Amino acid sequence: MSQAPSPLLEVRHLRVEFNTRRGTLVAIDDVSFAIAPGEVLGVVGESGAGKSITGTAIIGLLEPPGRIAAGEIRLEGERIDNLPAEAMRKIRGRRIGAIFQDPLTSLNPLYTVGRQITETIQTHLPMNAAEARARAVDLLKEVGIPAAERRIDHYPHQFSGGMRQRVVIALALCANPRLIIADEPTTALDVSIQAQIIQLLKRLGREHGTAVMLVTHDMGVIAETADRVAVMYAGRLAEIGPVQEVIHNPQHPYTAGLMGSIPAIGQEVERLPQIEGSMPRLDAIPKGCAFNPRCPKVFDRCREERPDLLPAGATRAACWLHAGKAVDADERR
Amino acid sequence: MIAFVIRRMAQGVIVMLVVGFIAFSLFNFVGDPVSLMLPPEATQADRQAMRENLGLDKPFYVQFATFASNAVQGNFGISLRLGRPVSTLLVERLPATLELAFVAATLALVVGIPLGVYTGLNRNSWLSRVFLTVSLIGVSLPTFLIGIFLILIFAVWLGWLPSFGRGDTVMVGGWSTGFLTGSGLKALILPSITLGLFQLTLIMRLVRSEMLEVLRTDYIKFARARGLTNRAVNFGHALRNTLVPVITITGLQLGAIIAFAIITETVFQWPGMGLLFIQAVQFADIPVMAAYLCLIGFIFVVINLVVDMLYYFVDPRLRIDTGAAGGH
Repeated sequence: MSQAPSPLLEVRHLRVEFNTRRGTLVAIDDVSFAIAPGEVLGVVGESGAGKSITGTAIIGLLEPPGRIAAGEIRLEGERIDNLPAEAMRKIRGRRIGAIFQDPLTSLNPLYTVGRQITETIQTHLPMNAAEARARAVDLLKEVGIPAAERRIDHYPHQFSGGMRQRVVIALALCANPRLIIADEPTTALDVSIQAQIIQLLKRLGREHGTAVMLVTHDMGVIAETADRVAVMYAGRLAEIGPVQEVIHNPQHPYTAGLMGSIPAIGQEVERLPQIEGSMPRLDAIPKGCAFNPRCPKVFDRCREERPDLLPAGATRAACWLHAGKAVDADERR
Repeated sequence: MIAFVIRRMAQGVIVMLVVGFIAFSLFNFVGDPVSLMLPPEATQADRQAMRENLGLDKPFYVQFATFASNAVQGNFGISLRLGRPVSTLLVERLPATLELAFVAATLALVVGIPLGVYTGLNRNSWLSRVFLTVSLIGVSLPTFLIGIFLILIFAVWLGWLPSFGRGDTVMVGGWSTGFLTGSGLKALILPSITLGLFQLTLIMRLVRSEMLEVLRTDYIKFARARGLTNRAVNFGHALRNTLVPVITITGLQLGAIIAFAIITETVFQWPGMGLLFIQAVQFADIPVMAAYLCLIGFIFVVINLVVDMLYYFVDPRLRIDTGAAGGH
C-alpha cells in the first residue's frame, strides 16, 4: 500500500502458540504487519488480545511454553525469529529497544540508574567506562532529567514514577536502536505525566529517526502519537490503517464499536455505547470470524469462514462486509 | 546508620539481660547448691556459714546483680565437675567449635549458593531434579545419622579419615587451631560435612526459590530486553537481589551451627563447647551450663547485629535517603 518500499520491521503470518496441559492455545494467529523506518505504529486492543505477546515475540523473549509456531519476523530484511539466542541478544537493546509498562518495577532496585545505563551502553557499544558515563549523562539530559550529573548516581527508589519512566526510555535509547517497542508505557503513570512521556517518546522518535511500536489500550494516546494503527482482537488483526482513517472511518465493526465507546467532549450522551459480550478466551475462539458472536452486522459467512485482511476504504479490515473487493483481488491474481 | 547501630546494641543488651536471668535461674531451679556442695553430715551452722559466704542469703536481685557483673567480666565461677574456672574451660574449647562452625558454614555457602543458582536457572533439567531430591534427604536425615554413616564409610570402611577428635593442633597466640596441620585439616572434613549438610541444603533451596522469584520480576525481563548477557542478568542482577533473605537465613543458621554443634561434637568426640555442655548436663554442672547459655546468646546477638548491618550494604533502599524523590 502506501508503505515505504523496504520496511524496517516486517511481521508475516505470525502465529504464537502456548502448549498447555489442556491443549494448544493460539495466542497470536496469522498476524502480518510492517513498520516503516521512523514510523509510529499503534497497536490497540482489549487485554488478552495479543498486543503484548506480539511485542514480546518480536524481541525474542517469549517464555516457554510460548513459542513462535509459524510465520516470520524480519528486521531490515533479515530474518530474526529463528536466530540463535546469542545473536538475538545482540539485537535486543542494540537494534530493537523495549519499554515496559511499569517503570516502578522495570529498574533493578539495587543499582544506581547510572550503573544500569552504562552497563547497557557498554554491552552494545565499544566505549570505556568514562565515555559510557558521559553518554549516560547526555541520555538522561535528553529524556529531561534535571541535574543529570548528580542524579546519575541515584538509585531507582529516589526517582518518582514519571522520572523513572524517563530513565527507562533513556535505557531503551542507549545504543540508538532503529525500533522501540513500547508496551503500555504510560498505563502505570498519572494522567498528567502520561502526556509528557508520550510527547517525549514522539520527540525522541522523530529526532533519532526511531520507529516505535506503541502497544496500548488507550485510543487517546494512539490518536495523538501514531501514524498508523493496528487493531487486535482475540490474537488476530481486525483492522490496520492510517490512524485518522481508523478513528474516523472504521471499517471493521469491532473497531467501530471500540471508537464508539470513547466519550467525546461536548457531547451529552445518556449512556456510553458498548460492545455487548466479551472477548472470547483463547481456548474458545469461535469458528469463522472471532468477533461474530458480538458483531451487530453478522451474517452466515462470518460464522463459517475466517476473513483475511481485505482492502476496505483507506484501511484494511478482516471483515466479510468488504468481501466484494476481495473477490476482485482474487480474480486479478 | 550510627543511631541504628546504637539502637540495635541497646536491644542486644536487653536480650543479654534476659538470657543472663534465665541462666541465673538455673542455679535455683536445679536445687539448693549448698546441699550439693556440702557433705550430708554438715551441721546447720555450716550450712548457714556457707550460705552467707556465697551470698545466698541476700535477696535474688542482689544475687543477680552480682552474677551479671561477674559474667560481664567473664567470671562464671568454678566448674563443679572439673574444679577449674568455667571461663578458662570455655576459652579452651571455643576455638574447636568456632573452627568447625566456620568450615561448616563456608561449605554450606560455597556449595549451597551455586547449587541454588543452578537449580533456579535450570529448573527443569534432570540434574536439578537430582540435586533437589538429594537435598530432601539432607534436610530430612537427622544429623547424628549422617555423622555415623560418614564415619562408617570414610573412617571404618575406607579408612581415609579419622573418626573422632581434632587431630593435631597448633597454638597461635592462645588460639588452638587445626587449620595448620594435615591431621587437623583431615579431622575437620567429616564433622564439618555433618554439621553443614543441613544448612547447605537449606541455603540451596532458599537461593533456588528466591532466584525463581526474582527471575519473574520486571527488571529481569527488562534487563534481558536491554540485551544484557545471561551472565550479567543472572549473576549481576538476579543473584544480588536474592541476597537479603540469604544473608538473614545464613546469619541465623550460623548461630544455630555454633549452638547446635552439640550433636556433631558428641558423635565425633570433637573437643568443643558442645561436648563440654553435654558433659556438664550429665553432671548437673550448673556454672558451665549457665556460661554456655550466656555465650551462645551473646553470639546470636552479635551475628544479628552484623546481619542487620550487612543489609545496609546490600540494599540501598534501607540507607538513609539523602536525595529524596524529586521531579514529578
